[in-house]
Amino acid sequence: MDFGPHLFLATLEGAITAAVISLTAAGLSIVFGIMRVVNVAHGEFFMLGAVGAWWVTTAVGGHPAFGFAAALIAAPLFVGAIAALADRLVLFRLGYDPERTIVATIGILYVIQQVTLMTFGPDARPVEPPFNKRIPIPWLGIGENGLELTWPWGLATTTYKLAVIVAAAVILFGVWQFLSRTRFGLLMRATQLDREMATAFGIPVRKIYARVFGFGAAIAALGAVLIVPVQQAHYLMGTDPLLLSFIVVIIGGLGSLPGTIVAAVLIGMSDGIISVFFSPTLAKILATLLVAFVLVFRPQGLFGKAQA
Amino acid sequence: MHKTQKTTTPVTRRGALKTLGTGVGALAAVSAVPGFRFSQAHGSEPIRVGFQVHRTGIGAAYGRWYDRTTQAAAKRINDAGGINGRPLEIIAADDGTDPKRGAEVVEKLATQENCDVVFGTLFSHVVVGSAPRAGELKIPYFVVSEGHHVASGILNRYTLQPGITDVKSQVEAMAPFVVNNLGKKVTMVFPDYAFGHDHRDYFSAAVERSGGSIGALIPIPPTETSFTKYFPNIPQDTEVLYHVMVGPAVLTFVKELGEFFGSSGPQLFGFIDSLEAVDIGSSGLEFLNGSHFWEGFPRYAQADQSSHDAAYRAAVGVDANGASVSDPQDVSTYAHMFGCWETLNVIKAGMEAANYRGPNDRTALIEAVEAMNQIPLSDDHPQGSKLFNGKSHQVFGHQYISKVADGRLDLVHTTSIEDTMYPDEVDYTTQSF
Repeated sequence: MDFGPHLFLATLEGAITAAVISLTAAGLSIVFGIMRVVNVAHGEFFMLGAVGAWWVTTAVGGHPAFGFAAALIAAPLFVGAIAALADRLVLFRLGYDPERTIVATIGILYVIQQVTLMTFGPDARPVEPPFNKRIPIPWLGIGENGLELTWPWGLATTTYKLAVIVAAAVILFGVWQFLSRTRFGLLMRATQLDREMATAFGIPVRKIYARVFGFGAAIAALGAVLIVPVQQAHYLMGTDPLLLSFIVVIIGGLGSLPGTIVAAVLIGMSDGIISVFFSPTLAKILATLLVAFVLVFRPQGLFGKAQA
Repeated sequence: MHKTQKTTTPVTRRGALKTLGTGVGALAAVSAVPGFRFSQAHGSEPIRVGFQVHRTGIGAAYGRWYDRTTQAAAKRINDAGGINGRPLEIIAADDGTDPKRGAEVVEKLATQENCDVVFGTLFSHVVVGSAPRAGELKIPYFVVSEGHHVASGILNRYTLQPGITDVKSQVEAMAPFVVNNLGKKVTMVFPDYAFGHDHRDYFSAAVERSGGSIGALIPIPPTETSFTKYFPNIPQDTEVLYHVMVGPAVLTFVKELGEFFGSSGPQLFGFIDSLEAVDIGSSGLEFLNGSHFWEGFPRYAQADQSSHDAAYRAAVGVDANGASVSDPQDVSTYAHMFGCWETLNVIKAGMEAANYRGPNDRTALIEAVEAMNQIPLSDDHPQGSKLFNGKSHQVFGHQYISKVADGRLDLVHTTSIEDTMYPDEVDYTTQSF
């Protein structure tokens, strides 16, 4: 494939990765920003979203679009509820102690993964996309007769993949509006700024925490529902998103939503482009190296504010 | 409950320790008496076959069907009187399709479960990780893996592959067909680990011997979930795309291949591994119509189906479309799982020839299997007649090429056994036990 179309295709694939990671990492970032909890089980909430989407689409039947629409609502709610329950049963009882919550969320990771293995099974299961049409992309290049429009072999995407990118952008905008414009968003931000002062002002911090934990998990689950028609649901699918989310959140700055989004686009795009032109392993190596540099030279992340 | 405990003699720590100590002592005494188990159950004690199975991890779909095939084969052997008058017992252990756990499972089956032999491993990296432990423990290790690692000589005398052919013989037999019928410029897409490297090395060499050429070699990690980014590396002048993929994401792989090429694109020749346990009628796979696949054993019952294939399907519970009789969505790994059935029958024949009585006869069992040569088509060996090479511990057999038409696979070419033979690379019989 020529360089131009090749790069374009790589960018498209990178944009899909970026879309899904930005949702997953946003969830992780919100949970850390407000609760100061490093949620190692975050990737499993992502996986639960995909598995939930499979259950819902299988149960609904009829045209794939009905099942998918139902999954878009039901799967994140279900995952959010499980996360809120985990907060109440585990994290709250540990007093949100940073070290102990890391170990506790590792435990939650294994519990969720093994319960999924025991119920859903070890197979990857496909979810039908609500719509999926192949779109060949024309390319304007200089050929034998000067400037001409060609249809390079393999330069194509699908309507569904484009929809994933748009949907992720819309959801992120919604999350940002929710945090900055609603009363609940205000309470969340107040809790983030000063937990004790928020308690003194009568903000129900306990409830806020449970909801924030559920909310963060639900956003990851939403990302998973979007990607599952492209990737299939599988009980081990949470590992990669977890790793990429941590990379993104560290680069972007823990707790900074704009930083998370910028870092997700950066990592997603470079992952797509480097994988295409070199190798996927090199893409992971470079991303991890970038994390190391950020941690050494700018530990608060590119967009994070230094801790007082 | 609390009340009754209070009224009866309380269990003191010392008392509990005493009871426990007596128990342990008794147990030790029993196991110290040599031949205790044997004298109690001589003649009727089952032959214990350890089954290393990929129940979880990336090989899970294969593991499920390897298990069903193995259970069906064991039942058939037991219904016909067992081995040397003793019943066959399958002791399964999951290795998570993980090489490290694989070695642990072999050890557990050999030392804790007291198995006579270990069998059934498929994924080549697990075989390579487990076989050295089997050799150290001196337990016969019958793999059902396809990898060339047995015949290449890197393993040991305790590892044998008598029930399924290896990748080198498969791909060398495919190359002339591909070059003569589909096209001369070939690009290969393969999983980036031992099994895929066998494909890469032996198929590309065979294509060049047949007068074709290799355009590009594209490795993909077996844990990958998104594939479109690899496809632009396929050169424009490719005439045949040779694809083989494994792992849970194979359906995504094939779908994205279709989305990439659309209606144009090269001829496709795939190893059925890319579609094992996947329904060919799945949405998004329509583009496969007219493409060719290697099959170890035709998934769809063919017009000239043998009585052996029919009996084997019925025993395992597979319908004429290669899916479970109880769930048509549950498609089998038909091109591979016959290997479990045939390997168990080889173990049975070997144990009978060696008059196998217990672990002391393990080397006699290996020698008996090494002495095997002609294996005729039969209910024991429904996939076809075979030749076993005792020196390289590898079996050779017919290979099948099918074409996709109307949502099913129709057999278009069967290779001879001679097409699949290559010079020996090792003589395990010269190694000491």
